[in-house]
Amino acid sequence: MVEFLNNLLTAFLPDWLALLVMIVLKIVAIVLPLILLVAYATYAERKIIGYMQVRLGPNRVGFKGLLQPFADMFKLIFKEIVVPEKSNRFLFLIAPLLAMGPAFAAWAVIPFSDGMVLADVNAGLLFLLALTSLGVYGVIIAGWASNSKYAQLSALRIGAQMVSYEIAMGFALVGVLMASGSLNLGDIVRAQSGSIFSWFVWPLFGLFLVYFISGVAETNRAPFDVAEGESEIVAGFHVEYSGMAFSIFFLAEYANMWLISALTSLMFLGGWLSPFQGLTFLTDTPVIGLLFGDGIHWLLLKASFFMLLFFWFRATFPRYRYDQIMRLGWKVLIPVTLVWIFGEGLAIALGWTPWL
Amino acid sequence: MTFEQIIFYLFSAVLVTAAVGMVTVRNPVYAALCLILSFFTSAALWLLLEAEFLGIVLVLVYVGAVMVLFLFVIMMLDLNLDPLKEGFARYAPVGFLVAAVIAVEMIMVLQSGPFQTTTPAAAAPANNTEALGAILYTDYVYPFEIAAVILVVAIIAAIVLTLRRRPDARKQDISQQVQVRREDRVRLVKMKAETKEQA
Repeated sequence: MVEFLNNLLTAFLPDWLALLVMIVLKIVAIVLPLILLVAYATYAERKIIGYMQVRLGPNRVGFKGLLQPFADMFKLIFKEIVVPEKSNRFLFLIAPLLAMGPAFAAWAVIPFSDGMVLADVNAGLLFLLALTSLGVYGVIIAGWASNSKYAQLSALRIGAQMVSYEIAMGFALVGVLMASGSLNLGDIVRAQSGSIFSWFVWPLFGLFLVYFISGVAETNRAPFDVAEGESEIVAGFHVEYSGMAFSIFFLAEYANMWLISALTSLMFLGGWLSPFQGLTFLTDTPVIGLLFGDGIHWLLLKASFFMLLFFWFRATFPRYRYDQIMRLGWKVLIPVTLVWIFGEGLAIALGWTPWL
Repeated sequence: MTFEQIIFYLFSAVLVTAAVGMVTVRNPVYAALCLILSFFTSAALWLLLEAEFLGIVLVLVYVGAVMVLFLFVIMMLDLNLDPLKEGFARYAPVGFLVAAVIAVEMIMVLQSGPFQTTTPAAAAPANNTEALGAILYTDYVYPFEIAAVILVVAIIAAIVLTLRRRPDARKQDISQQVQVRREDRVRLVKMKAETKEQA
């Protein structure tokens, strides 16, 4: 399919244009499903939290409320975008885009299945760290440009929070790259092949917990959502935003949640690898072999599990206080990662290979 | 013109515009944002040169952390621009002198040997992150470790210089707070249900 399209394009267009068109098509093939996933994540969140609280959740639009995301989307598109008079108009309007850009660009290096990746770069892990650290700009600029005290407070909170948790996140990834010996995400997943017991989640369990907790903090989700703590600072950095501008922040937040979920699955749970690997009686049977074998569906399943965890946290945990968040990041998570990396280094030096 | 050349000229144009903007715009927040944009585009140019590690680390360290703190400080200042512009004419000659010295020095460096080669001396390794790591931790391990120690000392010094202990300040001990168990706070009291006669 990709080959055929490539041949077709090079037949009609100059080389560089064909390359450009090809890249754009691949980007569309990633972004469109991602937007759909985001839309249905909002629906799933409302449904799941609804059931956890013994309510029904949205059930009016479409069968069982399945068209609810589209109804919300149309509502938001047709709403007026209010720009506050004393705000900085240019930065106010560009901030949502700055929040969304990195959240989507990071998907370029995600391998969905063996070889199914837009940019198979060597330093994929570093690229991801760099891009996730850029997401903070959208929020900080939004907070400053709104010319509102609530938004400004929120921007300060989120800036400090994200810079702090990035450190723990980076250290957790150092553990992963020590175990896999590569910065390429595809190679990291391939290093976990074998059976379910060769996934990195077992030897790196502490780093796995640290990574996911930091991921929740990075995406500003409950219980770390002080940046938009509605009981203190209304809606935080997007308090002045309405209509599409607000929904782009929303889109970025959910795209980031999917990103963290996908990354946790790739780095600790073997990504597209099937948990039934090595059980040849299951993977070699003709029809169900496709289902039990490796493939993109496992990545989707694992990422969906972490999305469920995001919603579950929101339904069960009370919000952290800001100083508690800072303490957790600096005094608990970072020391845990440092000790774990030290132990891992010892294990590698002593040659305990079956687990690393 | 190849695809890469088009991208190169595009990024270069953005870089030069952002760099000029950084020193000319009046609003300090805009200046900081222009600096961020120029860092980002120079990282993109390094990526074009296949120096992926340097490019990504520039974004990770400077754009992702250092400039966030810069922006933080600038955003919190209540900026009054007039005093900042005072004495511009007085200091202008000194400024031009410094600029001229820097320009001469840069021209001299760029004219020197290492910059005159058009082709790289050695073929770029396929994975330059790995290559850099191998060199850094073998040939240059002592300078590297010494630099790391100096940085740690700098961090500790900064903390010590800014740390103020105020004996009268009342603080919450968070670790004590989060270690609280249910039994410390809640006491269940068993009482007999009231009967109708008692009421």
